[in-house]
Amino acid sequence: MAILEARRLTKKFGHITALDGVDLEVNEGEIYGFIGPNGAGKSTTIRILLGIIKADGGEANIFGKDVWQDAVDIHKRIAYVPGDVNLWPNLTGGEVIDLFVKLRGTKNKSRRDELIQKFDLDPSKKCHAYSKGNRQKVALVAAFSADADLYILDEPTSGLDPLMERVFQECVMDVKREGKSVLLSSHILSEVEKLCDKVGIIRKGKIIETGTLSELRHLTRTNLLVETKQPIKSLGELKGVYDITAQGQAVKFQVDTEELDSVIRYVSQFGVIRLESAPPTLEDLFMRYYEGEAHAERAGAGGAS
Amino acid sequence: MSKQLYAHTERLSRFIIRRDRIRIPIWLFSLTIASVATALALANLYPNQEERQAIAKTMINPATTAIVGPGYGLDHYTLGAMMAHQMLGITAFVVGIMSILLVVRHTRADEEHGRIEIIRSLPTGRLSHLTATILVVCGVNVLLAFMHGFGLYLLNIESMDLEGSLLYGAALGATGLFFTAIGAFFAQLSDSSRGTIGLSFAVLGLAYLIRAVGDVSNQTLSWFSPFGWVQGTEVYVNNYWWPIFLTVGIAFVFIILALYLNVRRDLESGFLPSKPGRKHASSFLLSPLGLNLRLQRTGLLAWSIGLFVFGATYGSVLGDTESFFEEVEIMQELLRPKEGVSLTEQFLTLLMTIISMVCTIPALMAMFKLKGEEKNNRTEHVLARAVSRTHLMSSYFIISLVSGFVMLSIAALGMGIAATTAMDNGIALSMFMKAAWVYLPAICVMIGIAVFLIGVAPKLTGLTWLYLVYSYVVVYLGGLFQFPDWMAKLSPYGHIPKWPIEDMAFTPVAMLTMIALVLIGSGYIGYNKRDIAG
Repeated sequence: MAILEARRLTKKFGHITALDGVDLEVNEGEIYGFIGPNGAGKSTTIRILLGIIKADGGEANIFGKDVWQDAVDIHKRIAYVPGDVNLWPNLTGGEVIDLFVKLRGTKNKSRRDELIQKFDLDPSKKCHAYSKGNRQKVALVAAFSADADLYILDEPTSGLDPLMERVFQECVMDVKREGKSVLLSSHILSEVEKLCDKVGIIRKGKIIETGTLSELRHLTRTNLLVETKQPIKSLGELKGVYDITAQGQAVKFQVDTEELDSVIRYVSQFGVIRLESAPPTLEDLFMRYYEGEAHAERAGAGGAS
Repeated sequence: MSKQLYAHTERLSRFIIRRDRIRIPIWLFSLTIASVATALALANLYPNQEERQAIAKTMINPATTAIVGPGYGLDHYTLGAMMAHQMLGITAFVVGIMSILLVVRHTRADEEHGRIEIIRSLPTGRLSHLTATILVVCGVNVLLAFMHGFGLYLLNIESMDLEGSLLYGAALGATGLFFTAIGAFFAQLSDSSRGTIGLSFAVLGLAYLIRAVGDVSNQTLSWFSPFGWVQGTEVYVNNYWWPIFLTVGIAFVFIILALYLNVRRDLESGFLPSKPGRKHASSFLLSPLGLNLRLQRTGLLAWSIGLFVFGATYGSVLGDTESFFEEVEIMQELLRPKEGVSLTEQFLTLLMTIISMVCTIPALMAMFKLKGEEKNNRTEHVLARAVSRTHLMSSYFIISLVSGFVMLSIAALGMGIAATTAMDNGIALSMFMKAAWVYLPAICVMIGIAVFLIGVAPKLTGLTWLYLVYSYVVVYLGGLFQFPDWMAKLSPYGHIPKWPIEDMAFTPVAMLTMIALVLIGSGYIGYNKRDIAG
């Protein structure tokens, strides 16, 4: 069942089109990874979903309610962590956490203290003394001590160290186990890969790819490293083979997943000594779109951005 | 040894000057121009000795003494004596603020942001940065002293000779040096720039208070305050120089102490233990209204104290209005006396206009805090939770409205208390309150404009301040410039009946209230519809 549904969302800021028909669907108990380069429209989408800005077109519902009309009701069941956490310099972290939890309407003190300990946060410090990572921790503790049904997290780990990133991932897995849903916008692809059931890639205000990770992997290439007795002839002429580089006796190249079978058959004629294959990573996928964009721009009118 | 401590002090000094190449001249010129302009204004307002003697009489009351100091040469109240009496203490106070802010900016604030760390990692001495800061701010104060000295002397006013003018400047500069030292000293004790500024300002305020209490009750007490020393110079009357040396000497002691403490401590630590804040929020804080009250607490408190003193300043001279007006021509133009009402009452209504406008400032600031929070990306924290926009805006609106009312009442109270203690045939305190409260509808209109602009055209909120300045010029100074009546009618303050000298007119008051309600209503609707920036 879809908890969050957005259809053809559009938003313009003056002449700039920030969103150009964004579709999004997050089902119950699902972790949705929302990825894309800077300025692609991730935060704009999230702000529309929170009813902080109004979409020019399209519709968005959370829990079956309109995100603009019923914002307050929806927010009672949502926990949100903004990408850029600005806090009041003269309040302490503990005060801010309590305030945030209270403004949502519920309170769960035992979880709060447990989370403060887990994230290793000193709640008695004033916010002006916190680093970026610590301010993020304040927002994360406030979000996860809330008993929400949907967690909207906008690049929540950009300031955390690897240890804290792991604590964060545990928290996400915990809420998933409880059957809650998460919309996670992120730059850290390994994190998305580890956590998310479904991924949506946004570029220039459009969702260009969406699906489960295994679905998306069909769209991408497998990395192969092959060493053969005789050199492989005219490898570059095969369909679906890219980026050939020689590595000593071996060659390294990428193969379109749908051409994998024929390429392996061809290569085996030359007497395979070593064969290593690496699954396509989300990073490859992401970079492919990213590079595609760069290529397109270079080929275009001279990269006016 | 000295290289270890002071390497590159000169280069760092130049760096500090470069960083403040706009800030320092603004302070220096605005202070000097303000002083010179005041001296000129005094010379124009009170050109002859009888007028000045009349003013001197109005100055001898506890309220005035507490605010500006005891005054010397009151029996022969020359322009110089007048300037030193009415301006020196207050200006020295502002110079103290300037010195503290400049010092903290380059010491604790830089340290807090990790910038001193970078400088210390370069081949600079351990004390170079602190020494450079002290040198620069001391230099600023020396410059200020000379600018005042020559600026006032060049006015060519008979009673303001070169020695007196230089002493006037030196008194300001010495106060500046003293508070430079205080700022540098507390920057070693506290471990945050907020804490340093807070402690330094506390000393500044306490020093002024000690002087005020001492001047009213027991003069010996005043000698425990740097402001007592400054006024002990008796500038333009007796020209004593020794208090300057005393002030500079004590400043020097604090500077040495600051340098000593700086060498002894670790970077980014302080000698005072920073007390840990609350781990849990008090239940008072846990609502948008509580949050805003907490955020604006200090500012509102400062405004209340300031406005009480402001009201009291006017109140203390109110009792002598009659003699004041007979002697001073320009005041008659400002007021244009009416038949059948006492000058005091008439003057009271004029003062209420200005007081109500000044009280509008904190009310507007409280409302505009909503926009400031949006700019700082902090409204989204609140709006992303179960708080409606109407609720959020109301929490600012209520504080704005209440602070408008409270500020007005406090200023009127200050004025009333000072006036009734200074006056023989006192006006009842309740009359001051009522004369102030008639202005509430005008303040509501101003708040309404603020709400409207925040909701509908958040980029244009600055217009509100422009409108307030316009109101000040046409309504308060209108009599002086002889503006046509309709110009004053373009301001909400121009429609307020001048109670008690005019009858209470309810129609304009009701109209203003209606306008305010419409503005507030449309502002709310707009705020509920528009995009929030953050």
